[in-house]
This record gives sequence, C-alpha cells and structure tokens, in this order.
Amino acid sequence: MKKLLIGNEAAARGLWEAGCGVVSSYPGTPSTEITEYFSKYDDAYSEWAPNEKVAAETAFGASLAGQRSCCCMKHVGLNVAADPLFTLSYTGVNAGMIIAVADDPGMHSSQNEQDSRHYAIAAKVPMLEPSDSAECKAFMKLGLELSEKYDTPVIYRTCTRIAHSQSLVELEEKQNIEPKPYVKNGQKYIMMPGNAIRRHPFVEERTAALTEYAETAEINFEELNPQAELGIITSGTCYQYVKEVFGDSVNVFKLGMVNPLPVKRLQAFATKVKRLVVVEELDPIIETHCRNIGLTVEGKNLFGYLGELSQSKIAAAFGLQAKPFATTNTQVPVRPPVMCAGCPHRGMFYTLAKNKITVMGDIGCYTLGAQAPLNAIDSTLCMGASVSGLHGFNKAGGTQTEGKTVGVIGDSTFMHSGITGLVNIAYNGSNSTVIVLDNSITGMTGHQQNPTTGYNIKGDPAAQINIEQLCRSLGINRVTVVDPYDLAACEKTVKEELAAAEPSVIISRRPCVLLKHVKTAPPLTIAADKCKSCKRCMQLGCPAISMKNNKAVIDKTLCVGCNVCKQLCAFDAIGGNEE
Amino acid sequence: MNTKSIMIVGVGGQGSLLASKLMGNLLTACGYDVKVSEVHGMSQRGGSVVTYVRYGQKVYSPVIETGEADCIVSFEKLEAARYLDKLKQGGVIVTNTQEIDPMPVIIGAAQYPNDILDEVKAKGVALDAFDALELALQAGSAKAVNIVLLGRLANHLDIPIADWLAAIENVVKPQFAELNKTAFMLGVNSVEAVG
Repeated sequence: MKKLLIGNEAAARGLWEAGCGVVSSYPGTPSTEITEYFSKYDDAYSEWAPNEKVAAETAFGASLAGQRSCCCMKHVGLNVAADPLFTLSYTGVNAGMIIAVADDPGMHSSQNEQDSRHYAIAAKVPMLEPSDSAECKAFMKLGLELSEKYDTPVIYRTCTRIAHSQSLVELEEKQNIEPKPYVKNGQKYIMMPGNAIRRHPFVEERTAALTEYAETAEINFEELNPQAELGIITSGTCYQYVKEVFGDSVNVFKLGMVNPLPVKRLQAFATKVKRLVVVEELDPIIETHCRNIGLTVEGKNLFGYLGELSQSKIAAAFGLQAKPFATTNTQVPVRPPVMCAGCPHRGMFYTLAKNKITVMGDIGCYTLGAQAPLNAIDSTLCMGASVSGLHGFNKAGGTQTEGKTVGVIGDSTFMHSGITGLVNIAYNGSNSTVIVLDNSITGMTGHQQNPTTGYNIKGDPAAQINIEQLCRSLGINRVTVVDPYDLAACEKTVKEELAAAEPSVIISRRPCVLLKHVKTAPPLTIAADKCKSCKRCMQLGCPAISMKNNKAVIDKTLCVGCNVCKQLCAFDAIGGNEE
Repeated sequence: MNTKSIMIVGVGGQGSLLASKLMGNLLTACGYDVKVSEVHGMSQRGGSVVTYVRYGQKVYSPVIETGEADCIVSFEKLEAARYLDKLKQGGVIVTNTQEIDPMPVIIGAAQYPNDILDEVKAKGVALDAFDALELALQAGSAKAVNIVLLGRLANHLDIPIADWLAAIENVVKPQFAELNKTAFMLGVNSVEAVG
C-alpha cells in the first residue's frame, strides 16, 4: 500500500519496520516529527530526553543492551551530542544505532545553518542522506543494517525540505529482529586510553571498508544520457531540484551515502562527461572530495554557500532563462511570526522592556520577545546561554550590570542546559537573576512534554521536576513564582530580585495558552468613547489589538481575555469579560 | 501530463494544514505522483504560511518557485499579493477577501494596502476573489473557510467533484463531514465571472 507521508513520518516508519526498539530524542525543528510519529507505535519504546547528549547516550545504552536504537535532533542538537558521537565511533555498537540529524538550510527555524556532514567526516562515521519520503524509510532500515554490519553508529541526515515534504511511500511489514545478547567486552566498550588506542585502527579500517561499500552501493547511482556533455554530482533535496530543471537531459550521479564518498565511481563518472558540476547546499563537501581525488569540478563558484538551493537557483546558475512573473508595485508589509494573543510570556517581556532591563535570551517561542514593539531581548546564542551568558555578563560588569540584567529561559530549555549555568551562578557567585519562563510545555516545536510537565511522550503521567526545589537545592535561596498575567506582581518581583544582594530565580509561570486543557476567558472589548488613543495597549504587541479610526480595537476572534492590556489602560476603556 | 503546481497561502492558524491534507488525499486517490510540502516551526505563530502541492506523472521538486504556480489559493488578501511572483503566466489566484493585519500594520509601522487586489488584477492576472468567510459561516463554522476555498479552487481544476467529496470524508472527522461537504459545495457554486 502506498501512502503520502512527510519525510519524518516515513523515517519513523522505517525505524519501526526495521525493529527499532528504543528512540530517545530532544525536539528540534525540522526533526521533531520522527520521534512524534514513532511514539505512536505501542510495540516500541520512545521518549523525550532532556537534551540531545542524553538522548544519544540513551540510544547507545539501548544498542549495547541489544535493541536497535535511534536518537533524533536538529543540526544544532548534534553539537550537544557531539561528545558521545566521537567516542561512539570508537566503541561501535551492539545492535544497530542511528543518529538522525535534521539540517535547516535557509534557517526557517534555526539560529545558524551549519552543515552536519562535517560531523560525519570528523567522527569518521557513515552518513546517509535521503531525497524523498520513500528514501527516508529505506535509509533508516539500511542504516540500521549498515550499523550492525560495519559496527558503527550511522548518521541519517535530513533537511527541512525532505523532513517536511510529503511524498508516496510503500508501506512494508515489520521485520522480526531478535535482540542481540549483551556480552561484556571492555576492550570495545571501555574507552580508556589503552583500549581506545587499540580501537582507533579499527575506525580507520572501517572507513576504508565503507569506502569500498560506497563504490558498489545501490544508493549511489548514475543516471546517464550519452548525448549530454554535462555531468552533475548531487544528493538529497538537491537531486530533486536538478531533476526538476534537467529531467533526463543530463548525466547525474546521485549520492545516497554522503560519507564516506566513493572514489573510483566518481572518477569513472567524470570520464563520461565534459563538464562536471557538484550541486550541494551549504558547504563544499562533495566538491572538495572531488578535487581531492583529482577531478576538475565546479560548484560553489556557481551556487555560493548561503541558504537553500532550488530549481530556479540551479536554472539561473546554468544560464537558463527565468520564468516570467508579475509583482505588485506596492510594498506588501511583512508578516513575521508573533507571540500569540494571550501568550504568558508577553506580560514578563513588557515588564522587562518597561524597566529597560538588559535581557540575555534563549531558544524558544520567547525569542519572539525580541520583535517590535517589545524589543525586549539583547542576545540569543544557543540553548542555555541565557543563564551562563548572564553570569559572564555580570562577572564582567559587576555592580554596573547586576541590578539591571536578567536571563530568560523556558522550562524545557532550562532542563536542556540551563541547570548547569545556574550551578555556575551559585558556585562562582554572580549576583544574577534568572527568569524561568515556565509555560509548562516545549512550545516552539509544537507542544512536546518535558521533565517539568508531569507527562511523558505518550501523554501518560510521569515524574515531574519541581523547578523551585531544584533551584533551591543548587543553592539559590531566593526563588519566587509570579503570574505573568499580573503586571503589578511582575514589576514588583523583578525590581525586588534585581535589588537583592544574592543570586535569584523568578519562575514566571502560566501554561501556554494554545494548550488544549487551558481555559481561556471571553474576549475583551474597548469602549470607543473612553479610548483616548494613547496607544499604551499597543506597546504589548498583541496581535488581537489594533488601531482602527484612531481608536484601539480588539479582535474578538483572537482575544482570549488575558486581561494584560486592561491593566495598562489608564482610562478604564478595556473591559467586557467581567464575571 | 505536466506537473501541476498549487500553492496554499495564508496566516498561521487559518487551517491551511487541513486543506493540504485534503489535497494530498485527493490527488493520491486520483493516482497521481504527489508532493506536498510545508515549513513547520516559527511560521505557525501568526506568520505567513505557505504549502506547496505538486502532482502529475512524476514529481521531483517539493517546492514551487517564481513563475511556476498554476494556482494560488490564498486565505487572506495580502498573502495573495505577497506570492504573486510565484504565479505562472496564465495562472489563477483564488483568494478570500478577508483582511488580517500583520504586526507591522498593527503597531503602525506599515499601512495595510486596501486596494492591493485591484493592483494584482491590473497586472492581467486571473483573479478569483470572494468572501469565503461569509460562506463558511453560512455552512455553520468560520473554521470551514479552508474548505470553502477548496470548493472554489475545484472549478479551476479537472478533478470530478465526487472525488473531492470522497476526500473530505477521508480526512475530516465523521461528525464534521456534512458541514465540510456543505462548505465545499457553497464554494463550488459561488463562482461568478472569473477575473
């Protein structure tokens, strides 16, 4: 039976069909749905781990115990999981193990566009790259086989366009995979120097063996057109763009395995064409390899390093005529993502902006607090950097900064890598104030449970980390909980904690308004005769409030009656949802 | 047949996900090769959202580029104008006339260009604009605006109405099937003269 699946659902299906028994992941766009879909299978275990390092190590443990396993993450998540990755390359696996990583060229939902292929090269592990949903499923299955055959973790690399595009997939039965027995083997699994020195030659031999595999593997293939002089080497989503532009009119070498790369086959392909071009997004990995094996190729000189490629970019690079199109002369105003009406983060960000606080930001929905009109964030680097960055900022700034700087971090991000930063604040004693924006869910990636929510990936009750107790146990004496819908309380708490002469944590707590179980209030209205057009309510950046005929009005379809704007109005013009 | 390209554009939260799911189901049932592509993540938070639907004998690229869309279905006026450059020469835009202010307009940093559709029309584009929200309310729910728009789109495609109705039954929960079929037919039957 053929079914239309997004790449990530097909990947989950592939894991399941291949008898994968354990998947541990941290959510991150565009990788999240692999684990979400896998969690729907009740005959296998899946979980949200607190971060990618934990997820990768969990998958390692599962592999060691004899179950096929996988961990999924976005490209920046692999930075977090890089520590286990590099030594996993030495230990190898027992049962098959996949590290699935999703790159985001074009940065649809990311803070950088790093190219994960560098990790496969650096860690000396094989990497497979599918180009549609059918390959997503097939490559997960093949990856687990290769993992066992070559005794290595295998990286599965996808990207936004493959992960989130639906195409047809032939569903197959689940394979009957027996768990492998665990056998104690210190020389293989205890990576202390004496053993690691003996494992490194194995890693190099394995790469040679995998290069041999690349020379014959069916997932690397040629599509030849003897009439054509042009030859294109490509992989992943770029293969689809190339085919869109050229169909069967050129010679194509399609790589399904992007590390290690074949040598003889690419050299042979080069002899069949007059002009050789590598089409790849981000960094010149395949292109550099081709040069290293003595081929004359073009690539980045035509396409550059930035963003996604597409059929029109490729057509333009080959000098093909662009398709005609029309545009309006009027500039269409941009429509950036915004904090939702009733978002619990808004009240806290308004408070911080109003008091001109310097804010070290973090990764999550609340990064949107950086947008106009709140403009309430000063920096966003990576998961956890709000807390540790704040510590450094205050160590450098001392009393100049301590009383007017905070770090803001979401509940899930705090679990991911905020805790260690707070340990540093407590241990090395910076007078810092951290605000945990606790909306009781992992928001931006689409509502995943986390250790603070009290539920597991299947929505069943689970142990719940108490953020207050956790912070106190780390040595933070001042821990305050505040409701961000209460502006007066927010302001009082922020001022008090910034004035205090010791580290403090403010937990700004209210569940995400988009959660199904959250009850919202009736919408508010603005009495036009009372509105003095002062636009104070407009400072909140609430999408439900706008100015019409010089009076503030509230869109009833968007307003959830959070009452934050009502607290700002000096003329008592906002109301209408009183009990 | 050549690959056909349809874009569904709107504002995060307007229900374009169901529209693309329905189209995927429909086109697969019709026996086409299909790719449906959308970007999840930031764009869901009230931002501009785009779904690409492509079908034919064999579909390669999952995305639709400048000058390639046979049809653009827009849930909001401004979004129809935003993606005008994606429309193929001779293509058609089906759009709801609803206005949703983007944040730069809300905070007064930009103006909502009210006569933007006139400008689109002046470019010689086949523009099929109508109040889909009103028809959705007539069908019984403002949320059915996506299905009303697909009904209107159906007039521009060579796919039997019965197949659309079957796809609605396949993807919509049974208790909402009648409402959505009503909304769809209101869209189908609402066509006046096309631009």
